[in-house]
Amino acid sequence: MEILMAFVIGILFMSATYLMLSKSLLRIIIGTGLLSHGAHLLLLTMGGLKRGAPPLLGEHAETYTDPIPQALILTAIVISFGVTAFFLVLAYRAYQELGTDNMERLRGTERHE
Amino acid sequence: MSLLHLAILSPLLLAIAIPLLHKYFRQIHTGWFVLPLPIVLFTYFLQYISLTRDGSSIIKTIAWIPSLDINFSAKIDGLGLLFALLITGIGSLVVLYSIYYLSKDKEKLNTFYVYMLLFMGAMLGVVLSDNLIVLYTFWELTSFSSFLLIGYWYHREESRYGAQKSMLITVFGGLAMLGGFLLLYIMTGTFSITEMIGRSGEIFTHSLFVPALLCILLGAFTKSAQFPFHIWLPDAMEAPTPVSAYLHSATMVKAGIYVVARFSPIFAEHSLWLWLVAGVGIVTLFWGSFSAVKQTDLKAILAFSTVSQLGMIMSLLGVGAAAIHFEELDNSYFTVAVTAAVFHLINHATFKGSLFMVVGIIDHETGTRDIRRLGGLINLMPISFTLALVGAFSMAGLPPFNGFLSKEMFFTGMLRVMEMNIFKLDTWSALFPIIAWIGSIFTFVYSMIIVFKTFAGKYQPEKLDRKPHEAPLGMLIPPLVLASLVIIFGVLPNILSETLIAPAMTSILPGLAFDVRISFWHGPTPELFMTLGVVILGTILYLTLAKWQSVYGLLPDKLALNRLYDKGLEKAQYGSFRLTSTYMNGYIRTYLVYIFAFFTIVVGTTLFVKNAFAIDASDVSPIRFYEAILVLVVAISAVSILFAKSRLTSIIVLGAIGYTVSLLFVVFRAPDLALTQLVIETVSVSLFLLCFYHLPEISRTEERIRFKLTNAVISIGVGAIVTMIALSAHSTKLFESIAEYYVENTYEEAAGKNMVNVILVDFRGFDTMFEITVLGIAALGIFTMIKLRLARRKEG
Repeated sequence: MEILMAFVIGILFMSATYLMLSKSLLRIIIGTGLLSHGAHLLLLTMGGLKRGAPPLLGEHAETYTDPIPQALILTAIVISFGVTAFFLVLAYRAYQELGTDNMERLRGTERHE
Repeated sequence: MSLLHLAILSPLLLAIAIPLLHKYFRQIHTGWFVLPLPIVLFTYFLQYISLTRDGSSIIKTIAWIPSLDINFSAKIDGLGLLFALLITGIGSLVVLYSIYYLSKDKEKLNTFYVYMLLFMGAMLGVVLSDNLIVLYTFWELTSFSSFLLIGYWYHREESRYGAQKSMLITVFGGLAMLGGFLLLYIMTGTFSITEMIGRSGEIFTHSLFVPALLCILLGAFTKSAQFPFHIWLPDAMEAPTPVSAYLHSATMVKAGIYVVARFSPIFAEHSLWLWLVAGVGIVTLFWGSFSAVKQTDLKAILAFSTVSQLGMIMSLLGVGAAAIHFEELDNSYFTVAVTAAVFHLINHATFKGSLFMVVGIIDHETGTRDIRRLGGLINLMPISFTLALVGAFSMAGLPPFNGFLSKEMFFTGMLRVMEMNIFKLDTWSALFPIIAWIGSIFTFVYSMIIVFKTFAGKYQPEKLDRKPHEAPLGMLIPPLVLASLVIIFGVLPNILSETLIAPAMTSILPGLAFDVRISFWHGPTPELFMTLGVVILGTILYLTLAKWQSVYGLLPDKLALNRLYDKGLEKAQYGSFRLTSTYMNGYIRTYLVYIFAFFTIVVGTTLFVKNAFAIDASDVSPIRFYEAILVLVVAISAVSILFAKSRLTSIIVLGAIGYTVSLLFVVFRAPDLALTQLVIETVSVSLFLLCFYHLPEISRTEERIRFKLTNAVISIGVGAIVTMIALSAHSTKLFESIAEYYVENTYEEAAGKNMVNVILVDFRGFDTMFEITVLGIAALGIFTMIKLRLARRKEG
């Protein structure tokens, strides 16, 4: 399962990268969403998959799955949600103010030729 | 802090007080407050002559950064004392001169004297420091104060250009020299010059010897305006004339000479030292004197003449240092070159200082320095004429002035090179006297130009802005003093030989015996005939100047060193601009490409080089059917986003992936994750839809993302690398997880049964606190972004 997961994560990263290299701002944010999914799954996979019961002591199981990656992922999910929400509103404001979502047109200050 | 340290630092201390003195005593010329200091210092340094006479020296040390072996050690020996006397002596005269030269009302005297004192202190520090780092610190301070002084009239374009040029060149050399100093430190483990000289034998065999030698010489050559780094000096003539006289003839440009002399005991053993110092010096001598003849500006002639004379001193030092290979020979047979170097060093400071001052007087009284507009001033300015005559004749090497003696000794030194049979000198040594002789002819020619084109010939009042007359007495005193020294040293050279020259030579050639009596008349020697030849040929060349001056047009403009410098600077600026604008093109996509490509290449190479890739299937959980389905859904959706025709599809597919991930969390036994993921994915998708809905009309032309090969290659690379890392990391397990602790203690220690929640709020509660902060900041940020609309309010 872990080996399969490694490939799926690779595919997620690949798609995320491709989207982030595109022109549309919305697609770039979709790319970051995919990237965080990939990272979360990677964390979970690296902790080892299904080594026992869910990490609840009431289960009275012999072994439990590793609770640490889950705690880390939970933190990461919340943080990436906060950042994504911020970015999305930023993108929305950028549409409103600048009238474009094309990254090719959203360039920095004028070049000093 | 000893009196010696105080002497070195006193100019810097006085510099602090100058603006105040300038402010509260407006009616007095600020220079008068400065003048006593160099005079006091000069007399203070004079008393050390009795000490250095017998070859001894003193070192006074105060700790600065003792842990790094950097201490402010001041050392007085023959060489340092000679330079200190030059600096303070000429310094006093220059300050006196500048009081009459610079107008009290028109010039910003406070800045001028602050810079001047800064320079004086720095220069004293350079010549009296025994610690390399302290020496370097003062060295850069001289570059810096010279920069300020050259750019003194900063409203002029040429001043700024000259200041920048000299700064770039001298700091380039200074940094190279710092490199050389550090190499010396690596070799010896000490920054003390005295200790290094004591261990020169072990440095000589070290592999870093040659790099250190080259770096230090680079610093000395740039500072002392040696070929091809001499180009900054003529442009530094934009400085006020007292500055030119002080910095660019008598003191700063001799800092390089000082360094060469100071490090001779360490490096002179090597053939490279002889060849570089003597070779570059003799080339500089020729090129400087050759170029001086074509100049029409008096200060430019003097600048090239300075270049040429510095080359002469440099070549003498190089040749003289070779004397250590002939210890058994007659006392002064080869060391005569060093005697000549030290003697000419003093002579040059006297006559060049006075010449600069005379040129300043001419400039001051006529309003021009162009020899094509000058002429016939002999009757109007007789004293200046006499001074110029003495200075120029001494420079040309005519008796009875001191230049004659050092020129004769120079020829002697150069002729004796032919008798050295080391370092392949037997093949090339004949070039030294020949080039020296030709250079001296040109020296004679430009010396005559300075005197006779200015003072003789036809008086052309219509070309002059002012009615010229003799300068005020105060302005004439300093060049008068210097010119009388020219004559005194010419007639009685031996008052210097025991007091200054011999102790200085002891520092340059430690452990060698020599005899420095300078005789005025030494019989009909080859040198005398060489001087006669110089006079005869020089006179002929001077009289036929108009006929052969076209020779200077032969050198193509493109090969001129200034043009190379200008072009090089321009190319460097333009090139770096071009380079930056090629890769910094402002598109975020390009930067992401760099980042991803770098990531792929670096991680991929590391995996490959370290042979770290591994697959180990022994410790994997089994694949079950519905897990495989979920995973497949994630993979297929992730790929299908790329081919989605509309953005709405992409958003929905992203949502689908999110929900599938939460299902995966369910099957991988992570209930809290699944819950959070479900909720958050829902909110995220609504936010995405909100953004989508508010798209402005114009961008709604929905099209599929365009395929780009580079993008595809990079993203596949990133995906592959991540997979490989995941596989390798999973297959190499180095130690057991610490999860066991949490399983055992969640209930015992923290009274909870949900391990994930206990970790989040109890074991690792700090993370959660700051994660809450992140959310808070994001919420505040979103609120601010929506509410705060300064730009629009301004428009309204």
